[in-house]
Amino acid sequence: MSTTAMPTNTKWWNGGRSPFNISYGKVMMWYFLMSDAFTFGAFLISYGTLRFSQNHWVDPNHVFNSFPFAGHSNLPLAFVSLMTFILIFSSVTMVLAVHEGHNMNKKGVEKYMILTIIGGLAFLSCQAWEWTHLLTGEHAVWVNGHVEYWNTTVSHNPFGPEITINGQEYATPGPISFGSYFFEITGFHGFHVFSGVIINIIMLIKTRMGHFEQRGHYEMIEKAGLYWHFVDLVWVFVFLCFYLI
Amino acid sequence: MSAHTASAEITFHPEHAEGTKKIWKTFWLLSIITIIELGIGLAIYNIHKGKDPNETLVLMFKGMVCILTLAKAYYIVSIFMHLGDEIRNMIMTIVVPLSLFIWFIIAFLWDGNSWKNLRNTNAGTKEYKVEKVEKPAATEKGAKD
Repeated sequence: MSTTAMPTNTKWWNGGRSPFNISYGKVMMWYFLMSDAFTFGAFLISYGTLRFSQNHWVDPNHVFNSFPFAGHSNLPLAFVSLMTFILIFSSVTMVLAVHEGHNMNKKGVEKYMILTIIGGLAFLSCQAWEWTHLLTGEHAVWVNGHVEYWNTTVSHNPFGPEITINGQEYATPGPISFGSYFFEITGFHGFHVFSGVIINIIMLIKTRMGHFEQRGHYEMIEKAGLYWHFVDLVWVFVFLCFYLI
Repeated sequence: MSAHTASAEITFHPEHAEGTKKIWKTFWLLSIITIIELGIGLAIYNIHKGKDPNETLVLMFKGMVCILTLAKAYYIVSIFMHLGDEIRNMIMTIVVPLSLFIWFIIAFLWDGNSWKNLRNTNAGTKEYKVEKVEKPAATEKGAKD
């Protein structure tokens, strides 16, 4: 921390200056992100509550074990780790864009904003593939004395506890809240990624047009960066709650 | 390094003089933590594949990933979002409200667990027992299919 640059007896609350020593816009972005953190937190905690109330939950390694163009091979955690690294990397390019903004380097900001936008779009494509895979992939389920083929949707969960019938293993219907929570939370997160990409595109256009250079500072890039890092932060927890545990 | 402040009320700017070294260090740190997490995830997968999974070990591994996730969250907020570079007033106005999550998580997961107990004891009227999946009555019919 560089608070040592301040005189030790500074009275922050005497007026005339920002008591947080950052601009109004950035304070408000932080407060928005804090409220958003509570929204996501409430979603994830209600998911946890329902999961704790069930005797059986879905084994994520069983549900998320596929990879594009890999057919029916069993690859648990592979695709989601790709998504995680895409998002971490786009976070790094974003923070590098902010850094170039501090140095008033317009070309650098443009370069890293473009990389960040590409990362965001790559993540969204991955998520689109995963949703499609879950919504269209059929699994044999033993329902009421016969086999049915179910997709994973908000009303069907083909990953219930397994039973053996005539020497053959079948899944039974699982708790339907799995699908609704998965699509709700990853959907809400994906929507944040989508709006983040839109915001980043607007910031790129404004940088191109030289708005920030005229203004004398690249603070808007910092605010967009805060939002983008928050999206990464939420993914860290979504990754934990849905894929790892 | 010159300060490009947005308004006159901002009297100081965090130093970003250290260049991009810190950013890349954080990136590698986050990547390594993620790889460890994935390793633990695969370990859990392999334990579950076994005949008699050791549930205590699984729970321990799950606790470890939770702690690693919190470490990742700390690095993202502190370094990437530069919250660690702000003054104490600012850090506290964000971190203190978020500490409500401690109560939030404990209370709600406890409640979920209590629902499970009520379900498995038929609201306290019988001994705790997890109902097995019932074999469908029409097994014979299914055999013909």
